[in-house]
Amino acid sequence: MNDLPQQLANGLLLGALYGLIAIGYTMVYGIVQLINFAHGEIFMIGGFGALTAFLWLPEGTSLALALPLMILFAVVCSVLVGVGAERFAYRPLRGGPRLAPLITAIGLSIALQQAIWAWYPDATKSRTFPEFTGPRLDFGAFSIERGDLFLLIAAPVCMIALGLFVSKTRSGRAMQATSQDPDTAKLMGINTDRIIVMAFAIGAAFAAIAAIAHGLRYGEVNFKMGFIAGLKAFTAAVLGGIGNIYGAMIGGVVLGLAESMATAYIENVPGFASFGGGAWKDVWAFVLLILVLLLRPQGLLGERVADRA
Amino acid sequence: MTALLEVEDLRVAYGKIEAVKGISFKVEAGEVVTLIGTNGAGKTTTLRTLSGLLKPAGGKIFFDGQPLNGVGAHKIVAMGLAHSPEGRRIFPRLTILENLLLGAFLRRDAAGIDKDVQRAYELFPILGERSKQAAGTLSGGEQQMLAMGRALMSRPKLLMLDEPSMGLSPIMMQKIMETIQELKSQGTTILLVEQNAQAALSLANHGHVMEVGKIVLSGTGQELLHDESVRKAYLGED
Repeated sequence: MNDLPQQLANGLLLGALYGLIAIGYTMVYGIVQLINFAHGEIFMIGGFGALTAFLWLPEGTSLALALPLMILFAVVCSVLVGVGAERFAYRPLRGGPRLAPLITAIGLSIALQQAIWAWYPDATKSRTFPEFTGPRLDFGAFSIERGDLFLLIAAPVCMIALGLFVSKTRSGRAMQATSQDPDTAKLMGINTDRIIVMAFAIGAAFAAIAAIAHGLRYGEVNFKMGFIAGLKAFTAAVLGGIGNIYGAMIGGVVLGLAESMATAYIENVPGFASFGGGAWKDVWAFVLLILVLLLRPQGLLGERVADRA
Repeated sequence: MTALLEVEDLRVAYGKIEAVKGISFKVEAGEVVTLIGTNGAGKTTTLRTLSGLLKPAGGKIFFDGQPLNGVGAHKIVAMGLAHSPEGRRIFPRLTILENLLLGAFLRRDAAGIDKDVQRAYELFPILGERSKQAAGTLSGGEQQMLAMGRALMSRPKLLMLDEPSMGLSPIMMQKIMETIQELKSQGTTILLVEQNAQAALSLANHGHVMEVGKIVLSGTGQELLHDESVRKAYLGED
């Protein structure tokens, strides 16, 4: 078991990635009670945005220098798609039956995948994403890929910034008020339409950052990468308690750790010898989701819905 | 001189069902006007339309000389109309102080906001004692105090209170009514919706009785309080 620190590190990194994407699901759900199933594709578009920015730069530009521009362009692409989806796909359906925006979200998800597949050059197969080359960074008990350094820095920075924004700023308080009671928030003078746009934008920006981390980690982007990553992040959001941003972070980390632990160690459990290894990792993630839904449907940090006196 | 609030032939419908069927009334600056009536008479619908949460199907609303038809709820607050909604609707997971500050969301004068928070604490000392506590942990009466304090934080020209005494103990109800009396004596203009007709009419300058979407009787508070049909229908006398 002396590779435990390494497995913990792997799990934490994976969890940070899930957590970043999960923020988008949970913020949008918290404010408009919509599961934005197109969020995985907003993540994917960020990956292609970053790749596009990298390919624009003259050949031989170092990745570290290119990174700021890649982040900027990825965030712009994802936010435009996210905010556009809210404005043109979801807002016209607001106040209608709950199923309508949900179906729209699934439709939008397929449409965005197909749009990249059809129109992005050579996107019918995976496109190579630039990687940091060089030996792994050794921390003694464990080591990480150089590319994961981005995730290691970006995830906590984003999460702390979001926590401060929501709890300390005027807009953040307006966002909390809107999520707790939208009608009453309007009575306070809060423009709730703007708050909804803000929630979509923040979620999309975090997804774009996550997409770069994902690209650096796996060395490629493709038009379907949003599907499984989105599903995992959605699982993380539900696990933590959907609607709660701290829940999304914790849910991501728990899911990441569970996945890496199960992958590494479950074969040692009597009777589970043939379930070890990476091929089963998605199964463990979703088993965990099912367990949480059965035993604690409101999620780890979720609150019971009836908290209004 | 025109009244602070003028409502002319206001109609509000939920789908095809008309909840408010053409009502007209005025609120003059400095007075307390009450709408009384049974459940479903359209009182809450009227207030929600005035504050912009519902769109009128017909009629006109003028506030402070400006038409309110078609203005978004968040802009109506800015014009000086505050609404303390039915059921209190405080933000349960925010603290008491945060709730109060949200009442002043559109104001930028930090010093003035501080002063008004202190004023709310003077009006309702319990709010000051528990300022850092989540609002959802307050009792019903305390939540009502918070809702009223929050509505006052926008320094409104007109304060609309929807059923402030609903579900409260007699002692708490009396305390709330005393506070409304105090606000009145300070010159606050109030539009009060109440099921407790006795209490509401006792402190109102004018009252209107609503029945199934219409105003069926209007008069001064005292007139209505002594009107035989009102006494029978709303004050529980035979």
